[in-house]
Amino acid sequence: MVAEIGQFVLILALVTACFQGVLPLIGAARGNAPLMHFADNAAFVQFVAISGAFACLTIGYVTSDFSILNVASNSHSLKPMLYKVSGVWGNHEGSLLLWGWILALFGFAVALFGRNLPDSLKARVLAIQGLIGVGFLMFVLFTSNPFERLDPAPLDGSGLNPLLQDPGLAFHPPFLYLGYVGLSVTFSFAIAALIEGRVDPAWARWVRPWTLAAWGFLTIGIALGSWWAYYELGWGGWWFWDPVENASFMPWLAATALLHSAIVVEKRDALKNWTILLAIIAFSFSLLGTFLVRSGVLTSVHAFASDPARGVFILIFLIVVIGGSLLLYGIRAPMMKGGGLFAPISREGALVLNNLLLSTAAATVLLGTLYPIFLDAFTGAKVSVGPPYFVSTFLPLVVPLIIAMAFGPFLPWKRGDLTGVLTRLKFALAAALLFAGVVWWWQSNAPVMALVGMGLFAWLLVGTILEWAERIKLFRGPLTSSWKRLVQLPRSSHGMTMAHIGIALVVLGITASEAWQTEHLGVMKPGEQISVGGYDFQFEGAENVAGPNYEALRGTFIASTGGGKGILMYPEQRRYTNPPMETTEAAIRPMLTADLYVVIGDADGKGGYATRIYHKPFISWIWIGAFVMFAGGALSLSDRRLRLGAPKRARSPGAKEKALTGAKG
Amino acid sequence: MRLRFLAPVLTFAAIAAIMWYALFNLNPKEIPSEMISKPLPEFDLAAVPDYGPALATADLASGKITLLNVFASWCVACLAEHPFFMDLKRQNLVDIYGLNYKDTPDAAAQWLSRHGNPYMRTGMDIKGRVGIDLGVYGVPETFVISADGKILDKIIGPVSKDIFDTRIRPFLQGTGS
Repeated sequence: MVAEIGQFVLILALVTACFQGVLPLIGAARGNAPLMHFADNAAFVQFVAISGAFACLTIGYVTSDFSILNVASNSHSLKPMLYKVSGVWGNHEGSLLLWGWILALFGFAVALFGRNLPDSLKARVLAIQGLIGVGFLMFVLFTSNPFERLDPAPLDGSGLNPLLQDPGLAFHPPFLYLGYVGLSVTFSFAIAALIEGRVDPAWARWVRPWTLAAWGFLTIGIALGSWWAYYELGWGGWWFWDPVENASFMPWLAATALLHSAIVVEKRDALKNWTILLAIIAFSFSLLGTFLVRSGVLTSVHAFASDPARGVFILIFLIVVIGGSLLLYGIRAPMMKGGGLFAPISREGALVLNNLLLSTAAATVLLGTLYPIFLDAFTGAKVSVGPPYFVSTFLPLVVPLIIAMAFGPFLPWKRGDLTGVLTRLKFALAAALLFAGVVWWWQSNAPVMALVGMGLFAWLLVGTILEWAERIKLFRGPLTSSWKRLVQLPRSSHGMTMAHIGIALVVLGITASEAWQTEHLGVMKPGEQISVGGYDFQFEGAENVAGPNYEALRGTFIASTGGGKGILMYPEQRRYTNPPMETTEAAIRPMLTADLYVVIGDADGKGGYATRIYHKPFISWIWIGAFVMFAGGALSLSDRRLRLGAPKRARSPGAKEKALTGAKG
Repeated sequence: MRLRFLAPVLTFAAIAAIMWYALFNLNPKEIPSEMISKPLPEFDLAAVPDYGPALATADLASGKITLLNVFASWCVACLAEHPFFMDLKRQNLVDIYGLNYKDTPDAAAQWLSRHGNPYMRTGMDIKGRVGIDLGVYGVPETFVISADGKILDKIIGPVSKDIFDTRIRPFLQGTGS
């Protein structure tokens, strides 16, 4: 019964989406208010309907209703409840339903929070959202129906891939999709602007919070994914330049570029065409990611079961959406007039540089990701383009980007003074050189890139803090006046500072963990002791233990720095029964200065066990940095909502307005 | 002027066309290597630590047909062909030499210890110089080498039993082109 209800509301959502995609467009073209307002109601109905469908599938999973094919092939009655729920989106059909649900959620959010948008713009944005919804819902209903029945129903399900039974991964897809699909809103705004033939600072102000939200979710989604790879795959790596990882990284790069170019549109009324194009490209990357993962064009550890019919559908969808929107861009964009002029050395100039570097970076990742497909198409060969390509093309783009990141915020709009900025950044330069020098003295055989990385970390961190200190005039007057400035400074400004510091921390984590990781691989017998990275690891022994749906070999290690109390670590090798599969559960002790990472493998039959022990300096800072970036985005977003949603409700509008213009001018 | 704005859609059209082709293209033809029937370039490489002996051009003029396999620990597709190479070694059908491409010694040694070593000799091409000379443009690639050290054929992508039977076995039986 539940499956039939789910099926029914899903069809209802599709029908609603069809109307939502057409009527408001007609209304906006004719100036017909009721037709335009229909969009709001349709967005609401669509959201409720898909929520209903999602709830139905969740009920199917929670109650282990194996008469539903999707539940039977992906769940098992013995699975812990968390993974029964996360199993809903841990498979192809369910994850698409989640995609559709988040799309409807964003459409509803635009209807809800977009009260101060002009009627025609809002109607058009919602109509575009509706049209995307039509495509996705058709895809779900015609090629990937999650509510298909199975008769006779099996006694038990076949289980979820044990690698995916993990708390980090349970929440990774929803965040990633919030980011992917969040970019659909920016896309819809761009298409609506192209239809209207008008892009102005107000448009940019409406678009930015959505971009910011999508960017923040993408950041967290990618961080969760890499964290999962780090502790679940058992090799201590956290980024493999796998096609599916790249598929999430490209929209992130494009969204980051968009976030910055939209500022130029908002403040200076320039870079309009480029910003529109970026908005289209960012969402195109999201769709491309979906295509790459779902169609089976690329083989990858992440790929779910693939089916050529699905690939054809997604590709047609891709051609219609991306091709159509880029064509619309080609026709309409030349009519848009550019705004303010600026000198190359200026805030705008710095943001253009940021955009150039970020979009080139996205293009190189795209090339590396698609190259195997091209090669396959032309020669039939299946090859991997591995880290050597990505590292050697990506690093040269990131280094200047980070150097410019400290500069940019110091530069004024329109025309800046490079020497002036350099004088103000002399402390950052000194800090970078000093820090790199200290590291060199301490680790004299460090690779050059490690010193560059550490220098960049110090440069960006100190440069960003200097800029922030200058804004609040720290130590340039009484502390009370600095405090007052601190409070009055818009949150988006603090958000930028935080996000840039987050990047600095990520640079620290990547550089230190790549350059100074130490490891020991080999057979250890109980009682044996090994020294890795200044820690003594004592192997106490291993025993068999049973979990809810697996059996495990669990090793006991004691890590100590000599003297003090030891750290107990329990790495496991798990054997799942449904489906039969082995996974390694590394024992990880995350600390601020380094992670200890212990993996236990097979017994050698002579009383020893294969073990891998890593000491990874500062690696946690990669994820701390990502979280700081996300927090910066959230802080910035809270500011924008205040300005957008309820400008009149601010306690003292005058003071706020003054603070804004004062800080941004 | 207008053309500039059409550049994005044209770029996308090209990408989409290739992807469309990729989706349906099941039996594509391979580009023959520039190097076919030419002697191997000169190289002399150190072995992957503990997986010697080392590999030089002269070793491949061995008096019988051999395979030179380009592999790397970061290469996902290499894992796919690896069990088949282990089989070949067990059956002693053909000698395989391993060219470790753009890898680190530690990672390569770990990879071989984890998955097994099917190679007679290994050589580390850390900077990819030999790879350039050989015309390697992706990993894995497998070269069929004649008794006097000439390149007979090149297989791009993982070697499977099918590919071995159709592309390599004829050379071993002396019926190859």
